[in-house]
Amino acid sequence: MIVGTQKPMEEIWEMIKSYKKVLVFGCNTCVAVCHQGGNKEAEIMASMLNMHAAQEGVEIEIQHSGIERQCEHEFFEPAEDTIAGVDAVLSTACGIGVQFMAEKYANTPLFPGLDTCFLGAVDEHGVFSEKCQACGKCVLGETGGICPVSRCAKRILNGPCGGSTNGKCELSKDLDCAWQLIIERLTALGRMDDYEKLAELKDWSFDRAGGPRKFIREDIQV
Amino acid sequence: MSTKTPSKLEKILSAGHLAVTSECGPPRGSDMDSITKKGELIKDYVDGVNITDNQTSVTRMCSLAACIKLKLMGIEATLQMVTRDRNRIALQSDILGAAAFDIYNILCLSGDHQSFGDCPTGQNVHDLDSMQLIQTARHMRDEGKFLGGDDIKKPPQMFVGAAANPFADPFEIRVPRLAKKIAAGAEFIQTQCIYNLDKFEEWMRRVCDRGLHEKVYILAGVTPFKSAGMAKFMKNRVPGMDVPDDVVKRLSDTPKEKQADEGIKICIETIQRLKEVEGVKGFHIMAIEWEEKVPGIVKETGLYPRPEV
Repeated sequence: MIVGTQKPMEEIWEMIKSYKKVLVFGCNTCVAVCHQGGNKEAEIMASMLNMHAAQEGVEIEIQHSGIERQCEHEFFEPAEDTIAGVDAVLSTACGIGVQFMAEKYANTPLFPGLDTCFLGAVDEHGVFSEKCQACGKCVLGETGGICPVSRCAKRILNGPCGGSTNGKCELSKDLDCAWQLIIERLTALGRMDDYEKLAELKDWSFDRAGGPRKFIREDIQV
Repeated sequence: MSTKTPSKLEKILSAGHLAVTSECGPPRGSDMDSITKKGELIKDYVDGVNITDNQTSVTRMCSLAACIKLKLMGIEATLQMVTRDRNRIALQSDILGAAAFDIYNILCLSGDHQSFGDCPTGQNVHDLDSMQLIQTARHMRDEGKFLGGDDIKKPPQMFVGAAANPFADPFEIRVPRLAKKIAAGAEFIQTQCIYNLDKFEEWMRRVCDRGLHEKVYILAGVTPFKSAGMAKFMKNRVPGMDVPDDVVKRLSDTPKEKQADEGIKICIETIQRLKEVEGVKGFHIMAIEWEEKVPGIVKETGLYPRPEV
C-alpha cells in the first residue's frame, strides 16, 4: 500500500488560507490504513483547520468529506456536488489522488494534505516500512524475497557494502541491513551458492529513469 | 605472472615484490598545492598513490584532476571511483579521461552514504554497484567496448582494484564476497584498515583455503592512529571498522604527548606481523592527513628502497 504522512499544519494553512470555502477530502484506502489521510483523518484535519482559522481570525469555511479512492473515476460520483460547491480542495490522498483530482477538476485548486512517503507494509500495529520502489523489473526471485532496491540505502545489487555492522545499515542502528536479511534468508533456504552469482547491471529503463510509466490492457479497454 | 597493463603497481606485484601504496585526500578547494606537497613527500616511498573520491561524502576536488596532477609529476596514481555520484555514462567517461592521461590504476568502490557528508539532502546515484564498476572497467579494457556495445577507440589500460573489508558483517560472507569481486574482475585488493590482526589472519586463512590469494593481489590496509581519541572515534563512529579494546587501551595508557608515536609504533608492528601472513602481497598505508609519516613507516618496516621495475 501507499504510505503518507500529514503535512505540518502551518504548511497546509499557508496553502489554503486565501480561499473562502475549502473542502478537506479524504481517501479511504491506502492512506487510511496508516491513519493519515482516510475520511476520519480528513474530518479531524478539517476541525483542526477550523480552530486554526478562529485563532488567526480568518473567515474561512472548512468542510470535510471523502470517498473510498481518489485514483479512479467511478468513486467520485457521490461527491461531485460537494466538490463543485467549494473554492479549493485539500486532498488527503497520496500524490496520485491529488493529481487525479487536479486533472479531473481543471478549475478547482487542489492542494496536498499529505507527503506521500513510500510503498510499504504494516509490520506491526502503527509501524509501516518501505518494501518496494516499483523499479519495474523485480529481482526478489534472486534475493530470497527481500528487496535490495528499496531496502538497501545504496540499492546495491551485489551487497552488502562495507558499512554493514552487526546486521545494521551504516545509516542507523535501527535500520536492518537488507543484505544481512538476504544472506540469512538464502542460508535458511539452503541457497547460499546463489550469493556468489553476480547480479547483472540493472536495466533502469523500467524504473523512473525510463520516464513516466504506463501500462495498457487493450483487451479490457472500453 | 605476465602483466596486462602498463601499471607500475601491477609490474611490481607480478614481479613478486611486496607493494606499497598510500593515499591522499584532495583539497576542499581548487588549490593543487596540498596534493603536490603530499605527492612530493611520499613519492619515493610508495609504488602508487590512491586519490580518494569525495571520501565520507564530503565535497572535494575531483579525484581525476588530482590524479592527473600526480601523473604529471611522474607519480603513479590510482583513481578511486565511487558509484554514489555518477551514472554509467559518467563512470565510463571518467575512466576514458583518466586513461587519456595514462592513469593505469582504478579502485572501484560504492562510497559512503551521502548522509555522512556535507550534502545530506542530496540524491545518490548507484546506477551500478562497486562489483559492476569492476566489471565495467574490465569490459572496457578487455573487450575494448563500451557498456552499450560500441567499440572504444584506444581502450583504457587500467589495472582494476577493489576494496575488501574483512571486518564487516556478516563475517561468513567476507570470503565469498571477495570471490565475487574476483569473479567480477578485480585484480588487486586494498583492505579496510587492519587493527584486529587475529580476525584478519583468520580471514586470510579462509582466503588461502579457497586459493583466492593466487587469483588476486591483496594489499593489507593500515592507518596509524594519531591519538587515543582517534582510535575511539574509529572504533565507535566509523562504519565497518574493527578496533579491539586492547589497542584503544594501549593508546589511552600512553601519555598524550606520546600517543602519536605509539600510533606509528602499532602501525609498524602491524606491518611486520602481516608481512609473514600467507597471501599478503603488499601494504596500503592510509595516513590520514599525516602523509609525512609514510616515509618513516616504510623505512622502519624494511620496505625501502622501493624496487625499480
